[in-house]
Amino acid sequence: MTSAADPTTTHLMTINMGPQHPSTHGVLRLLLELDGEMITKAVPHVGFLHRGVEKLAEYRTYHQCIPLTDRLDYVAPFSNNLAYALAVEKLLGIDIPERAQHIRVLLCELTRIASHLLWLATHALDIGAMTVFFYCFREREAIYDIFELVAGARMHTSYIRVGGVSRDLPGGFTEKVHKFVMEFPARINEYETLLTENPIWKKRTVGVGIISAEDAIDYGLSGPSLRGSGVNWDIRKTEPYSQYDKYHFTVPLGKNGDVYDRYRIRVEEMHQSNKIVHQALNILPKGDCLARIPNVTLPPKEDVETKMEAMITHFKLITDGIHPPKGEVYASIEAPKGELGFYLVSDGSSRPYRLKIRPPSFVNLEALPKMVEGRLLPDVVATIGSLDIVLGEIDR
Amino acid sequence: MDNEAMATFIKTRFPETITGTNIFRDELTLTVQKNAIAEIARFLKENEELDFSFLSDLCGVDRVETDNVFEVVYHLYSLSKNHRLRLKAPVSSDAPSLPTVTGVWKTANWHERETYDMFGVTFEGHPDLRKILTPDDFEGYPLRKDYPLDGRQPATLRDIYRKGGE
Repeated sequence: MTSAADPTTTHLMTINMGPQHPSTHGVLRLLLELDGEMITKAVPHVGFLHRGVEKLAEYRTYHQCIPLTDRLDYVAPFSNNLAYALAVEKLLGIDIPERAQHIRVLLCELTRIASHLLWLATHALDIGAMTVFFYCFREREAIYDIFELVAGARMHTSYIRVGGVSRDLPGGFTEKVHKFVMEFPARINEYETLLTENPIWKKRTVGVGIISAEDAIDYGLSGPSLRGSGVNWDIRKTEPYSQYDKYHFTVPLGKNGDVYDRYRIRVEEMHQSNKIVHQALNILPKGDCLARIPNVTLPPKEDVETKMEAMITHFKLITDGIHPPKGEVYASIEAPKGELGFYLVSDGSSRPYRLKIRPPSFVNLEALPKMVEGRLLPDVVATIGSLDIVLGEIDR
Repeated sequence: MDNEAMATFIKTRFPETITGTNIFRDELTLTVQKNAIAEIARFLKENEELDFSFLSDLCGVDRVETDNVFEVVYHLYSLSKNHRLRLKAPVSSDAPSLPTVTGVWKTANWHERETYDMFGVTFEGHPDLRKILTPDDFEGYPLRKDYPLDGRQPATLRDIYRKGGE
């Protein structure tokens, strides 16, 4: 489809990118208006993956919502579970055993690494560096093996529960994670030798998709996309949850707010997450991994099989669910992609009256037109990659 | 500034348009009159002591059954002061409409489109108020409580898409 803007000099062309385009990372559709190869206007269309998660949640008990959260940012299930669990726990006003909190941190940081690995793999592939893809998937596979060991599932783990985690870490876990943590820094350096100083990579990323710190805040960017512009905001530092204040790590910052800076930040974040996982292995205290609060958490399985009261509690919790007090809370965490928030409204019944998800990708994508307008068509591919979007949480 | 101090500070500035204060689980909620929302938002962003430069989230809540209103809820955050605030603007369910805050925070654009899509609340002065998540000829507002879980579309979604392609 073409449209003539000024018949004497130029033709603007509107082209459709996606929703079935490999570099749109899912079902994102972009309408691009081009003047030659320069983009004059970009309009994102989303919603192809809309499943009505927020509506579905209103018809489920608080525990039954956990599997729904797995399917938001499906490459970072633990982070989604955690943000939701934190919201419900805040609503209930309950405390979580320390062991469970450290397990959560450990798994969320592994998730961050896995999510960043998928981002790096596909981002590099989009720009034409194929080897990186295979390297990243090798390490991602190792993390998914760990997830499978812990939760029994690779992607939709539903492992973090309201009140803690579903069960304690299995035997062989520590050794496996330790092995990964020791090997991983060398692997990151391997990726870096392929990209960081690579002239082709730098040509495609330096100075591309720039957003200033001021605009980034105005557009509500969060996570690495915001820090790439030099804004120091990491919820793990500013509003520490799950004992993050006990860990030592730095928050890498960019300067120019371009694709390259966002790349550098995520790579450095993998180093930092690896450090946190290592610390968590050493900190991990002994104790319960699920709070024992009647009418909130399920009693231990052995009790259910031997004690009448435990079985009744179990039955009541499964059929009726928990009843948080009337009220509303907002809990957010630093997910791999940015601020992931859950706004929960309770009317005192066993189902959420309203569950609103604040997905980082949705907000980050909104700034895409700002980053690509006036730039060349191939820059769109690089910029989308650098925002690290997942359509599962954009469309919900 | 703690929650009580912040509530008093903002209330003295807008004694008439702020109609309620609530603190639950250490979170401050202010209820505001819908027509004042843009003005209050601008003040909260530009005041140096509050400095709410970041709009985390904006969404709707259906309160038609109890209060005959839709609530539009704003979650604000201050990057420099590290504090949060929730604003609530109830709008009548008969003609749900209120001023936009896209002039204050650009990020409100998509959030308001989503609220319009899900609840049918219109935002006066919004530069581009289109549906965002549902298909173009989707009828109704799915997150309203009177909308059934299994939908009530005239045709299957497949037919809708097929029609759109012709």
